[in-house]
Amino acid sequence: MRVTVEITRRPEIADPQGTTIERALHDLGHDEVRSVRVDRVFHLEVAGDDPETVKSRVEEMCRQVLANPVLEDFTVEVGR
Amino acid sequence: MRVAVVVFPGTNCELDVAHALRSLGGEAELVWHRETDLAGFDGVVLPGGFAHGDYLRTGAIARFSPVMGEVMRMAEEGRPVLGICNGFQILCESGLLPGALIANRDLAFICRFVELEVVDTGTVLTGAAEVGQRIKIPLNSYEGNWVDPTQSGRIALRYVDDPNGSQGSAAAVANDLGNVVGIMPHPERGTDELLGSVDGRILLEGFLRSLVPA
Repeated sequence: MRVTVEITRRPEIADPQGTTIERALHDLGHDEVRSVRVDRVFHLEVAGDDPETVKSRVEEMCRQVLANPVLEDFTVEVGR
Repeated sequence: MRVAVVVFPGTNCELDVAHALRSLGGEAELVWHRETDLAGFDGVVLPGGFAHGDYLRTGAIARFSPVMGEVMRMAEEGRPVLGICNGFQILCESGLLPGALIANRDLAFICRFVELEVVDTGTVLTGAAEVGQRIKIPLNSYEGNWVDPTQSGRIALRYVDDPNGSQGSAAAVANDLGNVVGIMPHPERGTDELLGSVDGRILLEGFLRSLVPA
């Protein structure tokens, strides 16, 4: 199964990269941009038949290694 | 008194650390990250570099290296555990130290001498120094910006002029006991007149002095 993991840094943690990109977009005249955050997406191929089981296994991987619980949250989406 | 200097794939400061410890009278041995037995070592140093290529996050893969079980054991036993630069990042990822290290505020790799002030002498790194003492050693890092949402870190050294946005201007952080310390600048690069500073000696001397026989 294809699984998409999105790791997002918590809003209260500074994202200097996002701030820099936001500034560049403003410099280019895109004043409508209110904020930019740079996050990570992982695409996994995981063996398994039951989407719920696969999801909970991948969530376990997020807690263990893919995300840093000090800074980040995650969402797991199981496709086909 | 034997100190294990751990070498991960991508570590690059192990020889400097071992040399500095030996020059101060310590006994230092390089230990590969696949080692699973550190019996007989009285303390351990995780040196700087780019362990496992810094992939995923700095320290995120290294914390699962086989040797880390022994590093955890030594930390729990109260033995001195020191992480320098990348080693600091590994200690945070492993949960031995609170917080995490993110990119420097100005998104620049900082490579210059910085001045530090000793805040807390109750740690294995700062035991030979005095509160308020100024220490000049090199800082060489991109992810040196320490954040600690729990506000539970014990700051041992702070930057006099914060270069990277680190919370509380922290340059070195310890656990509650003070036996596990992470420092972002490099004390080993300030142990010889040739290197432009000998201020790092007092820190590594404190570390060696804190060792008790295993």
